[in-house]
Amino acid sequence: MAGMRDIKRRIRSIKSTQQITKAMKMVAAAKLRRAQESVIQARPYAARIQDVLGRLSQGAAGVKNPLLEKREGNKVGYIIVTADRGLCGGYNGNLIRMVNNTIRGQSDVSVVCIGRKSRDFFRRIGVKIEAEFLGIGDLVTYAQAEGIANKVVQMYADGVFDEVRLVFTEFISPLTQRPRDMKLLPIEPVTSKEEQTEAQAVQPLYIYEPSAEDVLNVLLPKYVNTLIYRALLEAKASEHGARMTAMSSATDNAAEMIDKLTLSFNRARQAAITKEIAEVVGGAAALG
Amino acid sequence: MATSYLLEVVTPERVVVKQEVEFTSVRSTEGSLGIMANHAPLVTTLDIGLLRFEKDGAADEMTLTGGFLEFAENKATILGNAAERPGDIDVSRAEAARQRAEKRIEEAKNGNAEIDLMRAELALKRALLRLSAGGRK
Repeated sequence: MAGMRDIKRRIRSIKSTQQITKAMKMVAAAKLRRAQESVIQARPYAARIQDVLGRLSQGAAGVKNPLLEKREGNKVGYIIVTADRGLCGGYNGNLIRMVNNTIRGQSDVSVVCIGRKSRDFFRRIGVKIEAEFLGIGDLVTYAQAEGIANKVVQMYADGVFDEVRLVFTEFISPLTQRPRDMKLLPIEPVTSKEEQTEAQAVQPLYIYEPSAEDVLNVLLPKYVNTLIYRALLEAKASEHGARMTAMSSATDNAAEMIDKLTLSFNRARQAAITKEIAEVVGGAAALG
Repeated sequence: MATSYLLEVVTPERVVVKQEVEFTSVRSTEGSLGIMANHAPLVTTLDIGLLRFEKDGAADEMTLTGGFLEFAENKATILGNAAERPGDIDVSRAEAARQRAEKRIEEAKNGNAEIDLMRAELALKRALLRLSAGGRK
């Protein structure tokens, strides 16, 4: 059995760790609430722009835009949204593992890394990193998403990629997050088959000003912006959710460990006392 | 016939306006555009300009820095890049933006190829709009 002093020291060290994990948990919870709010507030815009785009792509069939065209090549670019920091359970690991499994064996793959964790990983295993965006911060702004989107669209136009996929962690609830892999470019028609036929039936005849093509040319880049913005927001909310869960279980584990150590500390103390008594009694007996 | 319709102004960050209006005026890329109830379905791109909407004789204004307007079935949706009420505009910040934009345009005209003249002009336009709307209040 370990000495009393050692056990005491360990208890103290675990207690201070517990304090840190507890504080991190509370900070994550507060940030999560804010992040969740911005996810919800960003939804109407995304929904509307999808509506308009859906209607437009039927009403204006045959309109050409480079962002809509499928290309022959097979250079795939992955935009990977992870956190800058760790200590959030499997949040970064799950996403990176998913991408790594998909791209294994493919040759024409390059990545755009958002967040330090994915950058570090892909640099280490030697996948080509086309661009990296670090230090997104806790408050994601639309301008940040726009900057990323512009860069990606530019690279797509320059032929760096023939297809771009967006990989991020979808926020389902504070306790559940799911890695998600979706196609970003070329843009595919957004509505499903059923919705399409229904929409066509009630399709009012729209006037497009200046023209359907011009509207689409402005709308498509915006749509890409929104998708990336949404991915950043969801990823941020997921990160805080994951960190909160991880820190909460770390705090619980610390409490459990402290309980166990306290028990063995008490046992050790009792043993020491018993031993002392035995010695005293033994000594007295020897004298007597 | 209905005389009012629902106007929604949505930016990427949030829903800014959601209310019944009788008349909306915006600046589209094709020119000024006024919309009353029962307008024909329309999708148009918006220029940097002032949005004005009226209800019961009372008018409200907002600055819009580009976006779209969709009108269908007596519902107008404006998808704006950024929308601000004149009272929320930071005039000193807009003034600083105006000076910065003017300087960049000047430099670009003097042959500095690194500066994107179009972007600087757009920035100037936004700054001027904010100044004119913010200064009036």
